[in-house]
Amino acid sequence: MPQKLTYLRETASQTAGPYVHIGLAPGAAGFDIYRQELGHEIAGPDAKGERIRVEGRVMDGMGAPIKDVLLEVWQADAAGNYAHPEGGDPVEDGFRGWGRVVPDFETGEWGFDTVKPGTTRGRNVGTQAPHLNFWIVARGINLGLNTRMYFDDETEANAKDPVLNLIEWENRRGTLVAKRSERDGAVVYRFDIRLQGDDETVFFDT
Amino acid sequence: MTRPGEYYQRDRTVHPPAYTPDYKTSVARSPRYAPISLQNSVSEITGPVFGHDDIDAGDNDLLSNYAKAGESPIGERIILHGRVLDENARPVPNTLVEVWQANAGGRYRHKKDSYLAPIDPNFGGCGRTLTDKNGYYYFRTVKPGAYPWRNQVNNWRPAHIHLSVFGSAFVQRLITQCYFEGDPLIPICPIVQTIPDPDAIAQLTATLDLNATIPLDTIAYRFDIVLRGRRSTLFENRLEGN
Repeated sequence: MPQKLTYLRETASQTAGPYVHIGLAPGAAGFDIYRQELGHEIAGPDAKGERIRVEGRVMDGMGAPIKDVLLEVWQADAAGNYAHPEGGDPVEDGFRGWGRVVPDFETGEWGFDTVKPGTTRGRNVGTQAPHLNFWIVARGINLGLNTRMYFDDETEANAKDPVLNLIEWENRRGTLVAKRSERDGAVVYRFDIRLQGDDETVFFDT
Repeated sequence: MTRPGEYYQRDRTVHPPAYTPDYKTSVARSPRYAPISLQNSVSEITGPVFGHDDIDAGDNDLLSNYAKAGESPIGERIILHGRVLDENARPVPNTLVEVWQANAGGRYRHKKDSYLAPIDPNFGGCGRTLTDKNGYYYFRTVKPGAYPWRNQVNNWRPAHIHLSVFGSAFVQRLITQCYFEGDPLIPICPIVQTIPDPDAIAQLTATLDLNATIPLDTIAYRFDIVLRGRRSTLFENRLEGN
């Protein structure tokens, strides 16, 4: 017999269930318990960059919005740095780059305010187009789903992005690109996520 | 050059697949296409960092964090404690662990839960803490009750506590559920049984830890959590790659 490897095994995932908000966003569950909930502010007032709003829904295989979903967002600041020891240069004051997003329980519509991220470094050389990472959990989702959102006004950067280009089916790349519009002078990007169907969103095994 | 490398590929054999028809809600909520395999970039090896400014010392005590002064929730008083480790068996220090659960009667404090068991006025049902430098965490709470749920007409969830853990990279992010040893509902629960590997289910089952119980006060269960590990050296043959 050869020597035995002693790695531990990752703990198995289980669905976040319908009441995930109790643990991660108790205010949304209907009660107030902590001095402060986490993930409400992605980019504080001192963070530089273009202020944007991102809105969308997560749709199931029937085309119905998932009303009990919870999303987490992870992003770089406007200069392309992450708030992490390995994330590049220090980020702007008050910039966290992480947020929690809970939909309206009646409609499934969600939205959050942040700054548009900058270009980030590639794995070894080159750069990645501006993007947000999303992690999606809900009842019925057994292992959190990873995806990315890109910006439709970054055509040139998107065309060179190493992750978008990894998607063999070019017609699926558009599922990751949010559409820009303006509403009352504010910039809004629309990003609907579809778990199934012909236009199923691309998810990543990261 | 030596610097920390990528995280180990996720071992999919320990996790439930997306499509698990005996857990009916998964049918319409499971992607049909294979996920695209993505080597870690800076966007994946980073993740939010939390500190003691974010939370309060009493947040990990569910016996008191929602109770009225001088009162306590109903139920079996327990300690849930353990370590957060990575696949290399190294502790994961200073990482955020959040929990949520039903009360002793199996009822959640959530506007969407309408089970007939009563809300406990002294129990919120959530807590959070940061692991210490050895990766250690603990919570005080009551043991949650089993409850019925709509799947087949007569399905009951085993007693469980939901846990959310961050690690130090977004690819380590994990939500799971901790069960309690000896619960006869574990082997017949459609959600537990989404996990194909019995050893992985055993790893989700907390063990009675008599040494850590507080005599005449609180009984303890041990629950260690393992997050993805990371290569310690980086030697790439193809640096022009993405």
